[in-house]
Parts: sequence; structure tokens; C-alpha cells
Amino acid sequence: MELNNIDKELLKTIADLHEIPEGAYNIRKDGKLVSRNVSANIDIVSKTDKPGINIFIKDGTINESLHIPVIVSEAGLKDLVYNDFYVGKNCDVTIVAGCGIACGSSEDEGHDGVHSFFIEEGSKVHYIEKHYANGDGTGSRILNPVTKIELGKNSYMKMDTVQIGGVTSSKRDTNAELDDGAKLEINEKIMTDGNEYAETNFNVDLNGKDCSTHVVSRAVAKNESNQIFKSIINGNNKCFGHTECDAIIMDNAHIVAKPELTAASTEASLIHEAAIGKIAGEQIVKLQTLGLTETEAENEIIKGFLR
Amino acid sequence: MLELRDICFSVNDNGKVKQILKNINLTIDDDKFFVITGPNGSGKSTLAKIIMGINKPTSGKIIFNGTDITDLSITERAKLGISFAFQQPVKFKGITVKQMISLATGSEVSVGEACKFLSDVGLCARDYIDREIDGSLSGGELKRIEIATIVARASKLTIFDEPEAGIDLWSFNSLIKTFKNLKNKYKCGFIIISHQERILDISDSVIILSNGEIKEIGSKEKVFSRLSEIYSSCTKLVEEE
Ligand SMILES: Nc1ncnc2c1ncn2[C@@H]1O[C@H](COP(=O)(O)OP(=O)(O)O)[C@@H](O)[C@H]1O
Ligand SMILES: [Mg+2]
Repeated sequence: MELNNIDKELLKTIADLHEIPEGAYNIRKDGKLVSRNVSANIDIVSKTDKPGINIFIKDGTINESLHIPVIVSEAGLKDLVYNDFYVGKNCDVTIVAGCGIACGSSEDEGHDGVHSFFIEEGSKVHYIEKHYANGDGTGSRILNPVTKIELGKNSYMKMDTVQIGGVTSSKRDTNAELDDGAKLEINEKIMTDGNEYAETNFNVDLNGKDCSTHVVSRAVAKNESNQIFKSIINGNNKCFGHTECDAIIMDNAHIVAKPELTAASTEASLIHEAAIGKIAGEQIVKLQTLGLTETEAENEIIKGFLR
Repeated sequence: MLELRDICFSVNDNGKVKQILKNINLTIDDDKFFVITGPNGSGKSTLAKIIMGINKPTSGKIIFNGTDITDLSITERAKLGISFAFQQPVKFKGITVKQMISLATGSEVSVGEACKFLSDVGLCARDYIDREIDGSLSGGELKRIEIATIVARASKLTIFDEPEAGIDLWSFNSLIKTFKNLKNKYKCGFIIISHQERILDISDSVIILSNGEIKEIGSKEKVFSRLSEIYSSCTKLVEEE
């Protein structure tokens, strides 16, 4: 199967891919494999019992990357995929996943990706996930990503998740369990417009001794859009957990932010912060004094906020 | 040249009309340092905001280089060449110092150029260029970045609202040098709102504002005695209360 220009545009947006990437990759379009490359340390094997792939990363794999973008462009297609990532011991790898939807018809299109990470002792994983949709069709573009993370002893995962536009409806569930000394950092960036709906649920179980997490979300809701952010951190041991939601609300949008902390140990230290507000008037005025129009000022403020 | 003709500004303060500026008449020539001084609450910042277009005068006219700008927006005035460094800098999550300088100059600045503006205000540029202009910076740092941003614009008329606040003596000297260089290089006008004698020293003209009125305009020597009068009457008032 060939990639057309729309596909290439989507790949650029969701995976920063201008050309075929270096290292291991698996490009999926409309429920089918387009191309795949494995490396000496990273193996990709199709599942036989359900759609999806198993990824095996050997112990000690350092400075390697894996790209697994998904494109949905077929009218009416609802793609469901299960990807399991087995990351061995003492690795340091970057994984870029992303889903781009090009919707040109009145039928709904969507992608539900279930990603499970099994990260062994001492490994570091940077996981980047971008969601984006475009096209002139009136059909809904629906994304419901599920991410399951098991972090082994002294392992570290940084997850950057970005949804910047065009997704009609999304429900994102992320569940993590941390072992001794493990660390999880999540940075979420979401912008909704029109009548879009975005729901995010984080659930982090801090089970191990001296494990920690930061779950940080920055969100902008415009026009009639709706956002729900829920973040649950359970401190079951000597641990540190922090969750923060910072949202800009505009026009007639609606935002719910619900951080929730549970401690089952006197040694658990947990913090939450949530703030929702409109763009500060003085910020707009300041940029106007530099020669920007009100609209230009708003755009710069949002661009910075979601940087 | 900037002309203020009979500018008044009042606000509604709990149902009562509060007059903040009363019949201000003033001509600011190009290529000159004007310093506005006067007690806290006398209306200095309000006057600056009226020139920039942030506040609209209740009555009166503002003429800038022959154009009536009374009804022009902030953006339009900025484009005509008026700049304003705020007394209290505004914070922005995610916007870096370099980006802000680029926004101010209207084009992407190089690291070298941005560094030059920052060193002018006594900041070690490399440490700051990629910092976000947010709560992680101290008050003094924010203030210096604010000034550097405005200096970078090199506008025809620039207003600095109490630039000395948060700046140490050494940087203060370099700031005065920067102002002088700008004046010589671009032949532009400056209005500096200040309480600092050092800034009064370099001024071509001092304007004393008290209770929303201009009490005196002239050279530092000429207005000095008047200044001490106004300040001592203020302290007396405080003592009497
Ligand atoms: N929008 C406003 N509403 C009510 N009072 C105001 C407003 N703006 C300024 N003031 C008042 O006007 C006076 C002058 O303020 P300002 O111009 O900030 O003084 P200065 O800069 O000389 O210290 C102060 O008493 C201030 O409280
Ligand atoms: Mg003031």
C-alpha cells in the first residue's frame, strides 16, 4: 500500500515524520500494515489472536527509537488495535505513537488503540503520543486511547500526550502501576474547539517504596467544547505524587477538573492543584502594546500555554 | 512629538465620580528625556496608560506627530511607534524571553541580538534566553526583561514606568547609558516615570504630577524646590492622619 499526500501530511503532524523514519517502525493505515522495519534490538511481531502488534525491546537497548503511527482515512472505518510493548532491563528508548484521522465523508471514523507497556528494571522510556484529525467531512472523528503502564523497579517513563485539534470526541484512559523507585511523568496538552468533547482519566497506583509521579495537564477549551479531566493518584507506600491541571476556558466552553488523592500509607506525600480561568486581560493588553491585535495576542498566549 | 490637550480621566468609584487626571496639557518633543515624578497615587501610571491607549480619556485629545490618536486602539498606537514598559510586568506561561523579544520587535531575533538587549539591563543573557516569563522569575528579573523587551522595539516614543524598581545600582547605571544611546541613535523621545534623582539628573525636563494635576514643568533645578514642598506636604498629611 502506498501513502498519498494527505497521509504524509498526517504523518508529519502526528509523528514529526517527514520521511521514512530511522530505526524500527510500523506504519498502519486503515486497519492494515503499510510498512514495518525491525532492528537488531527491537522486534515487532503481529498478534495472531487479535489486531495489533507485540514489540520486544532487548535488555540494554540504548538510544533507539520506535515509531508506530496510525492513519485512518477510510470512510466509516473504526479501527481497534492492541499494541503491547515489552521493554527489557536498562534500556533507554523513545517511542513515538500517534493517530491521524483524515475524514472526508459524512460517516464517523475512529481509532481505539490499547497500548500496554511492560517496562523492566532500570529502563527509561520516553513515550510521545499525538492525536490529530482533519478533513472536510461532516462525520465524527473519534479516538479512545487506552494506555496501561507497568513500571518495574527504578524504571522511568515520560509520557507526552498531545491532542491539538479536529478530534470530535476522545476518551483517554491511562492506568499505571509503579514498583519500588519507579518514576512516571505525564504531560498532557489538549485543545478543543467547536462542539468537541475530550475526556481524560488518569489513574496512578504508587505501590512501590520511593516511587513518584507528576501528572500535569494543560488544556484550552474554545467555543462550545467540553472537557473533563480526572486524575486519581493512590499512594500505597512511601511515595510522592503530584497532579496538576491548568486550563484556559474561552467562549461558551465547559471544563471539569477533578483531581483525587488517596493515601494508604503515612509515608505517602500527595499534592493536587487545579486551576481554570480565562486568558488574563492584562496578558492581551501587554501583547497589544507590542503591536499585536487581540486575536494575534490570544493565539500567542495559547501557543505558549500549550508549548 | 506628542501633544496632550486638556486630558481628563475619571472613574466611577462606588457610585461617586473620582477624578484621577485633571486638564493635563503637555507637549513631549522628540529627542528628549521627560521625567514624570510625583507622589504615589498622583496619576503617573494612569497618564502613561492614556498615552498608550490602555485607558481612554474622559475628555481631551491626544495628537501624535500630527495625527489625532485619541480614538485609536492600543495596537494601532503601538504600530505608530509608541511603546510602554509596565510598572508591573505581566507573566506568561510558556512564552520564553527570546520569543517575547521577537514579538516586541515584530520579527524573529537571533540569540545574539536578544542577548545584547538583555545585557543592557544587566542580565547574563545565556541564562535567560530560553526561560519562560512566568512565576519562576523574580520580580527584579521580570522587570529587567520587561525593559529589555521595550528597548528592543526602539520606538519613536517610549514610556518607562518606574524602571528603577528591582534593579541594582550597577545595572541602573548601565540602564541610563542604554537610554542615552537610544536617544542618540534613534532621535526618539522618552517619558520616564521615576522617583530616582539619578534619572532626574539626565532629564531634559521634569514634570511634577500631584493629585492628578501638573504642578510644574521645567529643568530639574527649576522644579526641585517645588518637589520638596509637595513631598513634605504629603508627609505632613500622613503625620496628621
Ligand atoms: N480604574 C480605576 N478605578 C479606580 N481608581 C483608579 C483606577 N485607576 C487608577 N485609580 C486610582 O487613581 C490614582 C492614581 O493611580 P496611578 O496612576 O496608578 O498613580 P501613580 O502611578 O502615580 O502611583 C490612585 O488613587 C488609584 O487608586
Ligand atoms: Mg504608578
